[in-house]
Amino acid sequence: MSETVIDVRGLTKSFGGRKVVDAFDLKVPRGAIYGFLGPNGSGKTTTIRMVCGLLKPESGEGEVLGFNVLSESLKIKERVGYMTQKFSLYEDLSIRENLEFIARLYGLDRRNERVDQALEDLGLAERQAQLAGKLSGGWKQRLALAACMIHEPELLLLDEPTAGVDPKARRDFWDAIRRYSAQGVTTLVSTHYMDEAVQCDSIAYIAYGKKLLDAPTAAIPQQIGLYGWRIAGRPLLESQQMLEASDGVDLVARFGAEIHACGKDATALERAVRAVKQAQPHVEIAPIEAGFEEIFIYLMSGALDNFQ
Amino acid sequence: MKAPTLPNLLDLSWARVFAVFLKELVQMRRDRPTFAIMIMMPIMQLVLFGFAINTDPRHLPAVVEMREDGPMTRAFLASLSASTFVDIVAIARTSEEGEAMLRSGEANFLISIPEGFERRLVRGERPQILIAADASDPVAAGGALSAIERVAQQAFAPEFEGSLSYLAQGQPPYEIVVHRRYNPAGVTAFNIVPALLGVILTMTMVMITSIALTRETERGTMENLLATPVRPLEVMIGKTTPYVGVGAIQVAIVLIVATLLFKIPFTGSFLAFLIAVTLFILANLMLGYLISTVARTQMQAMQMTFFIFLPSILLSGFMFPFAAMPVWARAIGEALPITHFLRIVREVVLKEAGLADIASDLWPLALILLVLGTLALMRFRRTLD
Repeated sequence: MSETVIDVRGLTKSFGGRKVVDAFDLKVPRGAIYGFLGPNGSGKTTTIRMVCGLLKPESGEGEVLGFNVLSESLKIKERVGYMTQKFSLYEDLSIRENLEFIARLYGLDRRNERVDQALEDLGLAERQAQLAGKLSGGWKQRLALAACMIHEPELLLLDEPTAGVDPKARRDFWDAIRRYSAQGVTTLVSTHYMDEAVQCDSIAYIAYGKKLLDAPTAAIPQQIGLYGWRIAGRPLLESQQMLEASDGVDLVARFGAEIHACGKDATALERAVRAVKQAQPHVEIAPIEAGFEEIFIYLMSGALDNFQ
Repeated sequence: MKAPTLPNLLDLSWARVFAVFLKELVQMRRDRPTFAIMIMMPIMQLVLFGFAINTDPRHLPAVVEMREDGPMTRAFLASLSASTFVDIVAIARTSEEGEAMLRSGEANFLISIPEGFERRLVRGERPQILIAADASDPVAAGGALSAIERVAQQAFAPEFEGSLSYLAQGQPPYEIVVHRRYNPAGVTAFNIVPALLGVILTMTMVMITSIALTRETERGTMENLLATPVRPLEVMIGKTTPYVGVGAIQVAIVLIVATLLFKIPFTGSFLAFLIAVTLFILANLMLGYLISTVARTQMQAMQMTFFIFLPSILLSGFMFPFAAMPVWARAIGEALPITHFLRIVREVVLKEAGLADIASDLWPLALILLVLGTLALMRFRRTLD
């Protein structure tokens, strides 16, 4: 099962003279859940669209599921489930009609059975006659996932599938993705949520069209090398404002009644934190290990852009 | 990705065609207002234009300039009044007076009977009755002019008896000379109702399919559609076929209304009509579909539809005589499906034409269909680029 499902090299795409994706490489092994992170407008959607043949790369090459990205996009489309960022099923068709339409397009046998099963799996069976446009955001996501799973794809490309969905629905959604992963389905999923990022096996981080980080999730804290300090006690707001203004502090985050300050330069960070202690003698300070939470807030905030 | 080649474009699975077809059918049914418009529009337009545009106008005002006042002339004028085609609104004393009324529109016709008309008639010199017609409305003029000739024949016939019976032999002993003013071409054989079928079909078919793809792009559903293995030809056939049905309903409505309400006789071959109308519907669907591969928004699609619709009315021979247009305008007209359909439908409905008679307009229609379909297929964007 160590086969590579996505193997693209040097994918490049420009819109209006601006390079949206620049020499992007990615290798995703079979069965992996690969997280795709980056600030808005960083080129995640464009990359995913190139991988599934919806956009033609200017340069670059690669294989998806063993098929050439440039010349065999129809074969790729038959085997890939792509969930768009914006709901892109038909709002004036019912839930069932949408699923049947997709099932027909893929030429599936036992169509009714599959549609029934999909409705059952996603808990939409009772609402199958409802128009898709009348569904709430969370239910639309479930329907979209059901639609892109109905032809049993080997690869799922999910573009911010849980944006604007409540936490319960997001948890259910990720349960479903992990179930598919256990069955050998490979997933490339873009997200802005830290709690989702940590569930991925590996993470690729992209900003301004360039991949800045690509590593197994567990190895990321070490790779980034983030140091942390904890600051507790009143007055928190003043401390926070001071830290945010200081050099050497890349991230300031509130965790309940304490502040975590993180930075890549240990001495500069310590200097900044001690300056706060001096100004606010009542606060307690202590060094901490920067965990996933801090790391991902750091990533999501686009701090890695400084790498450039 | 390679540039689309034709064999590649013709790649097709009927199951997927059916999938798109079924989806379009459901969406069409769910969009009640649009569906209602498609059904109501032919009826509304027929009633509106069918009655408003009167091809057989009566009671058109005429002024008579009389230089002669004999029994035969009076009989002629009396018959003319009785015919109801024209109403004699004034007797002009001078020709200037008559011309002025014609110019101002107070009269549509100026009928001049020259001095010594009856005397020269009896001598067999074939004197002229001069009719100046305001042909700025060619329809009105054409209908009345032919009526006037018939009326003249009937009016003079009783006068040519006894000693004058030699005048009843051969060609009429007088000559009616018609001068069409303001629009010398004038259409005579013109029937609005069969032609309206062409206009209605052009309007609905092109407009509906012009948003076929644009709507998918605007709603974002195109992205999903393109992510599936569906082929361009499958989308095209699946998306346009439901509207062949809509077109058929419109044709049926127009035929029924034309027969019942306007008493249009259907003289020609019905088979020829069916073949022509099917080709015409398909050509219009392809035209609309081609627009939808070019337009980026539904608004653009609507504008392009009207860009097609106006020449379809003005340059097709629907409104103005085709033969009278300059060469370049006729060239544009020949490229429009409706031009050929109008000729076909007028010939078939009114002139007893069969398949062989309309062949000269049938093949251009088929050619237009083929060219439009191919262009649309080549224009179809398989990616979101």
